[in-house]
Amino acid sequence: MSTASSPTPVLQARGLVKRYGHVTAIDGADFDLLPGEVLAVIGDNGAGKTSLIKALTGALTPDAGEIRLGGEPITFNGPQSARAHGIETVYQDLAVAASMDIASNMFLGRELRRPGVLGSVLRMLDKKRMREEAAEHMADLKIGLRSLTQAVETLSGGQRQAVAVARAVAWARSVVVMDEPTAALGVKESGQVLDLIRRVRDKGMPVVLISHNMPHVFEIADRIHVHRLGRRAAVIKPSDYSMAEVVAIMTGALAVDEAGGTVVADSEAAKAAGVQAT
Amino acid sequence: MTATTTPPSTPPSASSPYADLKAPTTARRLLTAPTTGPLAALLLACVFFSLTTDQFLTGGNFSLIIQQVMVVGTLAIGQTLIILTAGIDLSCGAVMAFGSIVIARMAAEGSLPPLAAIALGLVVCGGFGLLNGLLVQKIPLPPFIVTLGMLNVAFALTHIYSQEQTVTNLPGPLTALGQTFPLGYTDVTYGSLVTIALFLLLAYALSNTGWGRHVYALGNSPEAARLNGIRTSRLTIGVYTVAGVLYGIAALLLISRTGVGDPQAGQTDNLDSITAVVLGGTSLFGGRGSVLGTFIGVLIVGVFRNGLQLMGVASIYQTLITGVLVILAVTVDQISRKKAR
Repeated sequence: MSTASSPTPVLQARGLVKRYGHVTAIDGADFDLLPGEVLAVIGDNGAGKTSLIKALTGALTPDAGEIRLGGEPITFNGPQSARAHGIETVYQDLAVAASMDIASNMFLGRELRRPGVLGSVLRMLDKKRMREEAAEHMADLKIGLRSLTQAVETLSGGQRQAVAVARAVAWARSVVVMDEPTAALGVKESGQVLDLIRRVRDKGMPVVLISHNMPHVFEIADRIHVHRLGRRAAVIKPSDYSMAEVVAIMTGALAVDEAGGTVVADSEAAKAAGVQAT
Repeated sequence: MTATTTPPSTPPSASSPYADLKAPTTARRLLTAPTTGPLAALLLACVFFSLTTDQFLTGGNFSLIIQQVMVVGTLAIGQTLIILTAGIDLSCGAVMAFGSIVIARMAAEGSLPPLAAIALGLVVCGGFGLLNGLLVQKIPLPPFIVTLGMLNVAFALTHIYSQEQTVTNLPGPLTALGQTFPLGYTDVTYGSLVTIALFLLLAYALSNTGWGRHVYALGNSPEAARLNGIRTSRLTIGVYTVAGVLYGIAALLLISRTGVGDPQAGQTDNLDSITAVVLGGTSLFGGRGSVLGTFIGVLIVGVFRNGLQLMGVASIYQTLITGVLVILAVTVDQISRKKAR
């Protein structure tokens, strides 16, 4: 594997297994996220990438295998414990409260209280400070929104996505995981979200990006983790392969050999896909 | 293939993005608040009745209106909390009636000192709320079904325990909140103050504490709330329990107002409380509204009842007009929401 001489992965998994009765959702999967990179996770429907991501974000507990965060072995007993370790997830349905304003959403579940008796006895929220800090986080990512006191439901899809991303980045200390962040967006808004992901990466925050959109993956990812049949089929650099080849790896027509070249694994499928071994 | 390294991109817009960072001005907030419509309706009704009847615009009459609505108003606070979580409570009136009979009998028969009887009433009503919350959250069952069942349970228990008898000869502390004190040119009951204080307390809790934000988030989307680390199960059960305790306080207010423990009391109060909540601009789908809106809603009902009474309109027409008002309020709410989209 080409990652052997690389720096310590931020988030790493070895031999993860998860079975539901006779169904094996994760079948000895490995995973490596390097510091400061955008790692795209792609795979066919049913390849098990959702299960993999759930295991890495604490939403499911694997039956076997090891997860390391910053080199240290770790077990998550729920999404909260992954969050407590600085892993934030942007969910596909965004998990925002529509009628609440942007600042309230940024601090939902982690509200700040006023100092002193007002906060400790009267439990009074520090709305001003939350607004200011929310504004800082938004400015940090150069997200231009006119008012942080407008309800999230008044925002466009791209703006909502931006709020969800800003919230995740604000709280993440080690990793941000984004599940299909451009799936529901138009061309222009997708472009803005991809810009946003780049800015998150440029801040030094590694990003795991789950996506079906191959052009987006090729535009933004530093490396691509191809998931197939419950395990990692390959990790490649987008500059080394064409989209057709990556799709072929995803569907099993091509396989990646030790040297990083491809071999035809399924000649008929490869012929149908119009790809050949390098 | 596209290069993977891109220079840091420029901000999407050059215009100053954070110009509107400060909280909106009070005037702007008042104009855009969802309580503005109900408040305007209330003021219009007040103007109308002031012009059509002589007695309406007097301190004594306003004090009377508050007294008339304090029981339903207190129930409506609990109802608002539950509706904000996208639930509904049909059992509030019946639970209150049972609580009032428990308090009245325990105290009147001397089984418990008056204050202990009151405390027991609060615990019993809180217990009903807790049970509602557990059934809604843990099984889980739709709030409509749970509270419909609980409505019948509490109604039956009230009649069984009271043996259909009105409880009289209540000790002093039970009716203390019915006493009045002079304020300006009129007399105000302590019970009215309790209701107003409860409205203010819950308004504060909803708008200025994390708990309040979580209630709104829960009503918006339980899944989103959960994913943001809010313990939705505990929160839901807590909301129903708090509502139950409020029904217990309403039970005490009811006793103080009538001076007896009446097993027939409160039978339409569940619907009246929902009416007040809806008139106050709170959405039945959860996540939008406020207890201050409900306070206005309660006053709208009270003012219409009182004003029509002063005009000599038969009480059945008051009910009719209340019904029309509810449909009107929801219609306005729907139309304004469509426009906002």
